Amino acid sequence: MLNTKDILETISMIQDENLDIRTVTMGISLLDCIDSDIDAACNKVYDKIVRYAHNLVPVCNQIEKEYGIPIINKRISVTPIAMLASACQTSNIVKFAHTLEKAAMTVGVNFIGGYSALVQKGFSNGDYALIESIPEALATTDHVCSSVNIGSTKAGINMDAVKMMGKAIKKAAELTADRDCIGAAKLVVFCNAPEDNPFMAGAFHGVGEADCVINVGVSGPGVVRAALSKLDKSANITEVADLIKRTAFKITRMGQLVAKEASSRLCVPFGIVDLSLAPTPAIGDSVAHILEEMGLEQCGCCGTTAALALLNDAVKKGGVMASSHVGGLSGAFIPVTEDAGMIDAARSGCLILEKLEAMTAVCSVGLDMINIPGDTPAEVISAIIADEAAIGMVNSKTTAVRLIPAIGKKIGDELSFGGLLGGGPVMRVNTGSPEIFINRGGRLPAPLQSLKN
Amino acid sequence: MRAILTVVGKDTVGIMAKIASLCSTHNVNIVDINQTVMQDLFCMIMLCDIDKIKTDFNSFSDAAAELGEKDNLSIHVMHEDIFNSMHKI
Repeated sequence: MLNTKDILETISMIQDENLDIRTVTMGISLLDCIDSDIDAACNKVYDKIVRYAHNLVPVCNQIEKEYGIPIINKRISVTPIAMLASACQTSNIVKFAHTLEKAAMTVGVNFIGGYSALVQKGFSNGDYALIESIPEALATTDHVCSSVNIGSTKAGINMDAVKMMGKAIKKAAELTADRDCIGAAKLVVFCNAPEDNPFMAGAFHGVGEADCVINVGVSGPGVVRAALSKLDKSANITEVADLIKRTAFKITRMGQLVAKEASSRLCVPFGIVDLSLAPTPAIGDSVAHILEEMGLEQCGCCGTTAALALLNDAVKKGGVMASSHVGGLSGAFIPVTEDAGMIDAARSGCLILEKLEAMTAVCSVGLDMINIPGDTPAEVISAIIADEAAIGMVNSKTTAVRLIPAIGKKIGDELSFGGLLGGGPVMRVNTGSPEIFINRGGRLPAPLQSLKN
Repeated sequence: MRAILTVVGKDTVGIMAKIASLCSTHNVNIVDINQTVMQDLFCMIMLCDIDKIKTDFNSFSDAAAELGEKDNLSIHVMHEDIFNSMHKI
């Protein structure tokens, strides 16, 4: 029989340390739903999603019950809608967003991602139409998430898209100003977007993927923090890294088990486990608190980037052996409004945007869930996107930007989204004007892959 | 399928009897039991075979949780594989 200590450890991880499966995401290809008539295409999209995903929520609920492990989100990701839009003879494609919303409501998932475009090198007509429609699509739906990939290490950065996305983010916030600008919280701009990411808002089902797959995102910052809190303060950094690796291994094994089980019960191939440490606003579920447990006074102080680099690397090393296929974003997330420790650090002024930017160079995502003043010009937002994309492009990693312009609010005011999206203070942004640089447009050339220094 | 049933709470008379009776009512076979009392905290881990369960897994698990709430105990029934996958390579 199993060791009593091991059994109690697992139960304590789930009961006291917020261990959970953050998401089971079903990726569905919509390439066979393409039609020149948008109504016909929408009907095919709705039918296919409902046909494939009608069992997703009941099966996840049953797994949750049998294994005693909470599965917080059940989600769907689909082929970037811009690809379907390219075939349609209409420029108003918001209907696709409404169809996705209807399908999400029918099958009962928490979010549906894939209202997306991949424009790292250039635009098709569908890409233009999609980007133009994003603010309206996000304002008129609750479950639809949107993402746009504007750069990659191989293609460079599409600066025309960067310019458009600054405006799109601002407009998405303006159209939902009465709901704490939530539209912008469902929109993410990527560089090197992964095609199998199960996490929102950036999930979409890449064209290289199978017709339908199950991807799973694990969580567990609370478990890592609790493990570190039992470690002696005099333990050296190697011991810290080893402990995080061991803990990440255990968390990921559970993700792998759920992924395998969901895939076999739904008769859908298993895609990947995303080894991410995803925080929630709940107390004891914070990535910032892990960094503080390592010995920082508060997240954002000097040493934060090094501590985060260690955490990110150890999570991957521990997780890789625990799963047969690893993918997605895989690493530590630092979404400010979704992390109790980051919210506190931002409120106290210890965590600033420039430090967050440095942190994104060593962790798995980017500037995520950051509230900025509502009067920030669109060019400044575009320039933040360009900076972040440059970090991703040069370092061959995924970076992303999810900023929420808090319309009508100033630095220090608060936005509250509720649920997993949390809430937090509006942070200061450097307002020196990058207007001429952003308005140039064109393409920022891809970096050399040799002479790396 | 085998499940692990864990009971943690204040030690009182009759905990074992109640759990055993619950298992018997649902036709759940007890395969192995490991039990300790740490100070006055009762801590029991039971390996059960639930292949011949009379009802479904959910109602057994709900009945166990309900029994726990009534007697101020924390009772969980979980599939054995979650512990195996986490602690065995």
